[in-house]
Amino acid sequence: MAIVKVERPKLSVGEKIYFGAIFKGMVITLRHAFWSLVGKTAGAAELNSSGVGVTMQYPEQKWDDQLPEYYRGAPALVTDERDRERCVSCQLCEFICPPKAIKITPTEIPSDNEWAKIEKRPLEFDIDMIRCIYCGMCEEVCPEQAIYLRPDYVITGTARNEMVHDKDRLYEIGGKRVGLVNKWNDLK
Amino acid sequence: MDTILLIAAAIKIAVFIGITMSFVSICVIFERRFSAIIQDRVGPNRTMIPLSILGFKKDLALPIGGLTQPVADGLKFILKEDFTPSYVRKFFFWLAPVLVVVPALLTMAVIPFGSPMEIAGNVIPMAVADLNVGPLYIFAIASLSVYGITLAGWASNSKYPFFGGVRACAQMISYEIALGLSIVPVLMFFGGLNLGHIVEDQVNNGWLLLPLWNEGGFIISSGYWVDPQASIQRLLLLIPIFISFIIFTTSIFAETNRMPFDLPECETELVGGYHTEYSSMKFALFFMGEYAAMVVGSALIVTLFLGGWSIGFGIDNLLPAGAWWVSLLHIGVFLGKVTFFILFFILVRWTIPRFRYDQLMNLGWIVFFEAALINVFLAALVIAYPSIGIVGVAIGFALLITATILLFKIAKGSLEKPSATAV
Repeated sequence: MAIVKVERPKLSVGEKIYFGAIFKGMVITLRHAFWSLVGKTAGAAELNSSGVGVTMQYPEQKWDDQLPEYYRGAPALVTDERDRERCVSCQLCEFICPPKAIKITPTEIPSDNEWAKIEKRPLEFDIDMIRCIYCGMCEEVCPEQAIYLRPDYVITGTARNEMVHDKDRLYEIGGKRVGLVNKWNDLK
Repeated sequence: MDTILLIAAAIKIAVFIGITMSFVSICVIFERRFSAIIQDRVGPNRTMIPLSILGFKKDLALPIGGLTQPVADGLKFILKEDFTPSYVRKFFFWLAPVLVVVPALLTMAVIPFGSPMEIAGNVIPMAVADLNVGPLYIFAIASLSVYGITLAGWASNSKYPFFGGVRACAQMISYEIALGLSIVPVLMFFGGLNLGHIVEDQVNNGWLLLPLWNEGGFIISSGYWVDPQASIQRLLLLIPIFISFIIFTTSIFAETNRMPFDLPECETELVGGYHTEYSSMKFALFFMGEYAAMVVGSALIVTLFLGGWSIGFGIDNLLPAGAWWVSLLHIGVFLGKVTFFILFFILVRWTIPRFRYDQLMNLGWIVFFEAALINVFLAALVIAYPSIGIVGVAIGFALLITATILLFKIAKGSLEKPSATAV
């Protein structure tokens, strides 16, 4: 390849003093600041800006419509078409959970219950959302397709015990999931 | 009578140090919000007055959120762990931050904040100490803060802080020369060093950079031109004064280690510079010292070049002199001007990239030092015109131009030429 020798540009006296350039630069900065302040920055509309710059201010403004369908947020328990809780209390998720966030207390289903042949269900099912790392291993390991990572991501609380999701809360988040493999369709 | 003066002095000390410190926090919030806006962000806008920890139901949000952010910043600094590394020289390590803050606060003493107030027959100047050596006192005390920075760099006993300390030392000493020389024309014009008198002169005869009125009236009225020679001389003097202003402002930037000249703490090269090893309140003291120096620098620029506390345009003389509300109004005007300059400092920070260290030294020693020196003689020629006449001025001007060309030739020759083989 041919060697191209780049000459330094010859500067005029005005350019050497460079106060003009500094002044111009400050005008450009100020102009940009002004447009940013009135919310006319390039891309402000597409980025759903809050009115200053391009920043969206989070808790007041959310971008949930941009959330992908496969988004994996908080783990939650689901029920099947007949409102039966799918969890059979096998405790596999409790054992696989890397940060040990899940705590299950199993109980037997009484024999007079219509689902008695499933034998077990959780009496208590707690997920400590402070510990949870959203890895999704509980979902992967579950043989009953009972636990799923749902798109909920705003898990907040002002005390530690508020951050523990109990069974009711988990079913509330999870809701009903239909069209899954159903081993226990028949009643006893 | 003496008791009144004593009480007034005590109140002035408390109030003006309070104003300086609150201006430091105003600087911080302005810096954060303004830089955020320049960079298309929002900046801290959520800090509230946390009434809920006092048992109230809701936190009190201010109309412009985030105004209490400096308080939160300060609390954070106080409550953080104050870690002193084991390998530092403890005594100097602890001394250094204090040596940075104290000079910055001391220099505030001679700045006239407002017009003199009359209380019970006593005229009380609105400066803590109405010294007759104002700018000299400021330079003398402000240059002490270089000890703080150098000691911090040395006492940290680690490479990068040491570099930062050495850089700060060399830079501040270099720019002090340009700083001192650049205001010589100003002092020659006023014929005195008392900052209070300098401001009063500007009230009557127009701000130094804006001589649009004098005792006769505005520039458009005939009263201004009663003595046409003096008026033309005053307008001609704008040229050296403007050069002074630019050199002085730039040197203040260098003295306060602000952005285009913040090589002592430039994080891309020196981690954190001289305060790398500092944490918690000791770091906060460096921070406060830097911003306090910026406030004092702005105050000095405003006092010398932009009329200090005067509203300008002849309005001041219409107000009743000595009334308390006039004094307060003047303090407000002064603080407004200082705020404007602080915004200017921030704008420069986010506009101009950092200098290389040799460029910084060249600018200080080869450009500003010479320019300030020549500027002194230029101003002297304009001021001496009535006594030496047009011939004297012409001869002087010719000599000055010759000297300028020679000086810059020598200075340029002393620069090392980059060799052709060097990469």
